[in-house]
Order: sequence, then C-alpha cells, then structure tokens
Amino acid sequence: MNLVTISGPPSSGKTAVILKTIDSLKKRGLKVAVAKFDCLYTDDDILYEKAGIPVKKGLSGALCPDHYFVSNVEEITKWGLDNGFDILISESAGLCNRCSPYIKGIKAVCVIDNLSGINTPKKIGPMLKSADIVVITKGDIVSQAEREVFASRVNTVNPAATIMHINGLTGQGSFELSTLLFDESLHVDSLKGKELRFPMPAALCSYCLGETRIGESYQMGNVRKMKLDD
Amino acid sequence: MKKIELENRKISGLLEDYPFLAAFFNDNGLEIAGKEEHTLKEYFNRFDEDEIEDRAIDVENIISQIGKFIEQMISFLGKDEDHVKTISIMPGTNKSGDAESFEELVIRQGEIICIVGPTGSGKSRLLGDIEWVAQKDTPTGRTVFINGEVPDKKWRFSSSDKLVAQLSQNMNFVMDLTVFEFVELHAESRLVENKEEIISRIIDKANDLAGEKFSPETPITSLSGGQSRALMIADTAILSKSPIILIDEIENAGIDRKRALKLLLSEDKIVLMATHDPILALMGDRRIVIKNGGIYKVIETTEEERNILSTLEEMDRTLLAYRTKLRQGEIITEIVETEEMTVSV
Repeated sequence: MNLVTISGPPSSGKTAVILKTIDSLKKRGLKVAVAKFDCLYTDDDILYEKAGIPVKKGLSGALCPDHYFVSNVEEITKWGLDNGFDILISESAGLCNRCSPYIKGIKAVCVIDNLSGINTPKKIGPMLKSADIVVITKGDIVSQAEREVFASRVNTVNPAATIMHINGLTGQGSFELSTLLFDESLHVDSLKGKELRFPMPAALCSYCLGETRIGESYQMGNVRKMKLDD
Repeated sequence: MKKIELENRKISGLLEDYPFLAAFFNDNGLEIAGKEEHTLKEYFNRFDEDEIEDRAIDVENIISQIGKFIEQMISFLGKDEDHVKTISIMPGTNKSGDAESFEELVIRQGEIICIVGPTGSGKSRLLGDIEWVAQKDTPTGRTVFINGEVPDKKWRFSSSDKLVAQLSQNMNFVMDLTVFEFVELHAESRLVENKEEIISRIIDKANDLAGEKFSPETPITSLSGGQSRALMIADTAILSKSPIILIDEIENAGIDRKRALKLLLSEDKIVLMATHDPILALMGDRRIVIKNGGIYKVIETTEEERNILSTLEEMDRTLLAYRTKLRQGEIITEIVETEEMTVSV
C-alpha cells in the first residue's frame, strides 16, 4: 500500500482535490481509502462515503490536532493494510501554520489556495516548505498575474517541490496529480520506526493542562513573554 | 554547486553572484543584514536550538534548497526564450472509446482557434492534454507535440514554464495594490530587466483596450469590469511567459475585443478561445467542435462566415451606440448615421 499525507490550511480545497484525484485513481483500478483528521467538526467523511470511498474520521477535540494525527497514523496505516487498499490518503488541516504531519519516506502534498494572499507562502512553515508536491487551488477566480506571482513565491520557499494547479470544482489538473501519487516502489508495511520530517512545536504549559485563569501566577511550564520595551 | 562549496561561501559573495538570493532569504524569513560576512554554514550555526525550533528552520535541507534555487534561477535567466511555433495534437478517443476522426491538428503561432461544444463535452480535458503535453498517458490517449517533437518534461513540472496561461470571465483581482504596484510585482517575479519600460507599456496597452482610461495609481480592486479585463489581457500578453493563451469568453463590455486579440497575436501567442459568442468565434481561423469527450470535427472559417461576421459586428456597434446613449442619459432614438456608432463605452 502507498500512504500519502495531504495537508493544507482550512478551506483551501483539500477534500475537493482529493475527491477529484481519487476519481482518476479508481479508473486505473486502484483501491483508495481516506483517513480524515480534523479538530472540532468535519462532515467531509459523508462526502467520501457518498463517493463510495472507505473513510475513517478522527476528531482531535481538546488535543492538538497534529499531535493527535501522529499518535494515530500508525493504526490508520494498519487499517489500510488490513483492508487491502492500494493507496491510503490522510487528510489533515494545518491549523497553526507551523506544524507539518509529513513523514520521511512518505509522499507529502500541501494544498494552498490563490485567495489566501501572496504573502501566505512566507507565513506557512514546514507544512509548505517540506512538501514534495504543492497543489495550488482556486486559480480560476484570480488573474493570471496573481497566479504566476503566487506560484513563484511558493517556488522560492520550496524550490524542490513540484507545483501544480488544480481546479477543485471542475477537477482540471487532478488527473495529472493522480499520476504522481501511486508508485509501487513506495510500498509501506508499517510506519514503525519512521520519523516525522520536522519536529512539532513545543508546548506544555498550565494552559495545556486546562488552566483558564489569566495572570502570571497561574502560568507554569513552557511559558514565553513578548518583548514590549524598546 | 556542491553543498560543501556552497556552505563555505560568504553571504556577501553569494549575493553579488546571485542577486536573486535576496528574495530567497527574505521570503524564508532569514534576516541577513549585518551578517553578510558570514559563510552560509556560520550563518546557520549561529542559531541555537531554540531559535531553530521557533523559526522552524530545516537546517538539514535549507542549504540544498538554496543550491536548488540558484540552479533554477540560473537556468531561468540564461535561457533563450523557447519558441513554441507549433502545437500538434494527434488523435485519441472520445468518452465511448471511439477514435477521433481528425488526422493531425497543427496549431501555429499567431493563430486563433476556437473551441466550441456544450459544458462537460471535454473542453477542459483538451486543454488539460495540451498543458500536460499528453503522451498517450491521459484519459483521451491523445499525443501532443511541440514544434513537431516530443516535448521536454519541464512543461509538466517546472513552475516557471507553463504552456498555457488562462483568462476567464470569473477572474478577479484579489490584491490590495495600485495598478502600477501590481504590474511591478508581476514583473519582479519574472525577473525582467527593463522593468519600468515594460510596466508603462502594459498600462498603455491596457488603456488602449479599455473604454474608460485609468491611471497607474488606481487601486486594481476599483477598476471596472472592462478595465480589469483590459489590464489582465495586456499583462498576460506582455509579461506571461506561456506561449498559449486560453480565453474563456470575453464579455462584450468596456473592452475592445478585436484589439485585445490583435495584441495577443502581436506578442506571438497562440490563442485558444472557448466561446459561443459568434463575433468572437468567427474571428478565429478555425474552430474545434468537441462532442462526447472527443474532437468531433475541425471547421475552417468560411468566406461566407467572414461576411456574416461583418454584419454581426455592425449589429454589435449599433447595440453599443444605444448603450452609450442610455448611459449618457439621452432619450433613445433610432441611430442611423454611422459616425455615431463609434465604440465608446
């Protein structure tokens, strides 16, 4: 089985891109499943079910969504292997722009959209900078110039990535993406011993443990203050 | 350049040789002011563990990323313009698996080809096949050649070499910039040398196409529909590197469409136009009819059609003249004299 991790900011078009891409993968006779990770709510699993795609949904709730993802990705992979899928796609939203759920040796795709503004590539961390493929969506509603500037900014922060444009509504470009996702030589049996491409942000302060009161005397652990004096 | 060699070079020296690296440092949030005399290795070694974690710097990869960026930019700058003179499409099959009935479709630089057919008939797939330079490896099984040869892989994967630029009806400007700043940003991303000259040429051309003039200081988001389209077309014609321009309808308001097409052709573009507007469609040299996912036939614009085009254009001018009267607050009376029919919107 191939595992592919797809992530991107909320509402960038990940689900639309994945659905259209799976259409093309299925036409090649490949069995594809999705593991959808989100924080509080998602009904994307219904969209996948409607399209006849086996799907598992994980909501992280009170936990950091990316930590939750890493804690569950091994089990999800086992689920995929047990069910004999050819490709398992994990979909997760990069909620703080710093995290990246990518794993060394596992294909990583980042989805971002043209509407997010041309400074966005600069603001997104490893989720964009360490992806193998960057998919840019919503190109049908901005000018050619903005598309070109946006793509060149993405290229500056991640010169090694393949950059593709996909229209999530019509699916234009999704066939092309599908040709890059399946590779028999990238078969995985287990994720045991594999490593994240990039460490997640450090946390653990009193607020991680449920503190709600504001004020220095309630703050313990990994706490940092802004520098306010000039 | 080898990684070790790159690591031991001073930032000042690198910037001198590769000025475009300034953008790389800036876009990756790496401040270099005051650190120019450090080598790259020294520069990255200065960060302690906390800083590396805070800034999410990928120390393992960043030097090789710099190497890769330098390589890309050098090939981008040093390259002679690849002239795409012809695109040839060899037939594949339609959705039912029947072979397409044309033999070889050759589209030449400076030609306008229209694509007609109902929504969902396969127009996007045809365009997708061209953009992905299909080699019997797309759902239609078509093959696309550039200048009669099997094309370079870069057309698929390079972000700076895209075969097709698109202009469509739904496109908007979403940035908060003036016209000048906007075109400047695009020119900078293309690393053009004579920036000022190109910017003023684009703005002049756009004003030439637009019914109502606008100044370089106008915010792009306050341009009218016609002005926006004019600026997009002039900018794409002059600054976009893509040899093929796909136009998905141009609304007939506030812009001289005939002149817009002329501008694109004068910049040696191949123009593909998806339209069901007879005035636009008949301006094309040929039209491709798409049916059931395949190219059903290719029609050459006939002499009779060209004559009909002049009639249609006259009707169009009459309609525009009425619109102008309406806009100017006049009472509508029959327009007879031709000098009144000047296109001003």
